[in-house]
Amino acid sequence: MTQQEAPVRKITVACDVNGYPAEFLAAPHQSLLEALREAMGLTGTKEGCNDGNCGACTVALDGRIVDSCLVLAAEADGKRVDTIEGMAPPNGLHPLQQAFLEEAALQCGICTPGFLVAAKALLEREPEPDEHRIRLWLAGNLCRCTGYDKIVRAVQRASSEMSKPAPAGGA
Amino acid sequence: MHPFSYVAPRTLDEAVEILDRRGERARPFAGATDILVQLRAGRFELDALVDLKAVPETTALSLDGGGLRIGAAVPCCEIYEDAAVRAAFPGLIDAASLIGGIQIQSRASLGGNLCNASPSADGVCPLIVHSAVAKLRGPEGERDASVESFCTGPGANVLRRGELLVEIELPPPPERFGAAYQRFIPRNEMDIAVAGVASAVALDEDGAAIVSARLALAAVGPTPILAERASAFLMGKPPTTETFAEAGKIAASEASPIADMRGTKEHRLQLIETLTRRTLAVALARARTSR
Repeated sequence: MTQQEAPVRKITVACDVNGYPAEFLAAPHQSLLEALREAMGLTGTKEGCNDGNCGACTVALDGRIVDSCLVLAAEADGKRVDTIEGMAPPNGLHPLQQAFLEEAALQCGICTPGFLVAAKALLEREPEPDEHRIRLWLAGNLCRCTGYDKIVRAVQRASSEMSKPAPAGGA
Repeated sequence: MHPFSYVAPRTLDEAVEILDRRGERARPFAGATDILVQLRAGRFELDALVDLKAVPETTALSLDGGGLRIGAAVPCCEIYEDAAVRAAFPGLIDAASLIGGIQIQSRASLGGNLCNASPSADGVCPLIVHSAVAKLRGPEGERDASVESFCTGPGANVLRRGELLVEIELPPPPERFGAAYQRFIPRNEMDIAVAGVASAVALDEDGAAIVSARLALAAVGPTPILAERASAFLMGKPPTTETFAEAGKIAASEASPIADMRGTKEHRLQLIETLTRRTLAVALARARTSR
């Protein structure tokens, strides 16, 4: 990335988004959230508060969940970004997405991509978290519809699905 | 928002040069979790944000002969995920693991928490009770500032033009030492402290008397404050419930809280008393089980 100090010069950012190489021009003050939605058309990541309180814009940056509204797009240069768009396998759903549907863990849906990305990061680190741990991990994600219980149950359900041994006789 | 440029220097010299040249129109940042919010709210305008995360000195975390060096840009998550740091500095971990949520902890640094100089900063009081030193670098070279003298008012600190915080150094704790931090918020997580207290004690060989103590208070004055009289009171005292209750009263007398949307003055004074007692009890338990 070129280091430009002139305020209006755009910066070329090259990063990995959901496993694919991406390159875009970012204004220096542009957030990663804006770049994802506007430059890359990845509108699954939502803007809620734009100040780091609600977690609707949660993405993983080099494997750690962050509020993408509080990351400058320029900071993503050379990094890996994982968004909700990269979560489902081809022709299916991630177990967390399936569990959110089955537990009715969403109503308006604005917070859902952030919850899913955050919960996925939790289960990757800790495959069988208890309820307290799930609630603590998801404290940075706000939901104004569900009252959280269904979301917590969905994460527990996905956790037990994902912890089951793979069926025998598979390819 | 006023447009600003983004610069990511690779050396301290380069960072200092940019900050010196641009003066108040540029600021260094690490996790950006405070500064982007402040810029969007129009609290101030900048022409440049200087990302410190490519500077090796600000991103290193190392245990050093029993002490700890925390680069100014090291995020909270790296501190509490380090098993050795967690074992040796549990009082610091108390704070690193409750600042914001997981998303914020992925980015926010204790260095940034200190430079932001909020009276309610959760990360600062534990540093104060560890007698931490802020290592600064500027156009004139290097200098040190004690963490308790670093913040000079709400949002103000001792940094001069062109100067930045490089790292925070915690000296090796004495033997039989324990520290703890607790705060009160109306929710369980993700809130700003109504009041907070960090305590540290070191015991004599029999565990019968306190040989050194430091207490620091958050959100009850213009800066995080070292409660000097309460700390001095504890010296030589037996580590009992009665001693801790008295220390709580003295600590409250050293607080000068305001009333605001988060709490009244009376509530905050009561919280200081309670949190002083509670954190001293945790610090004592940790001191008794330390090496």
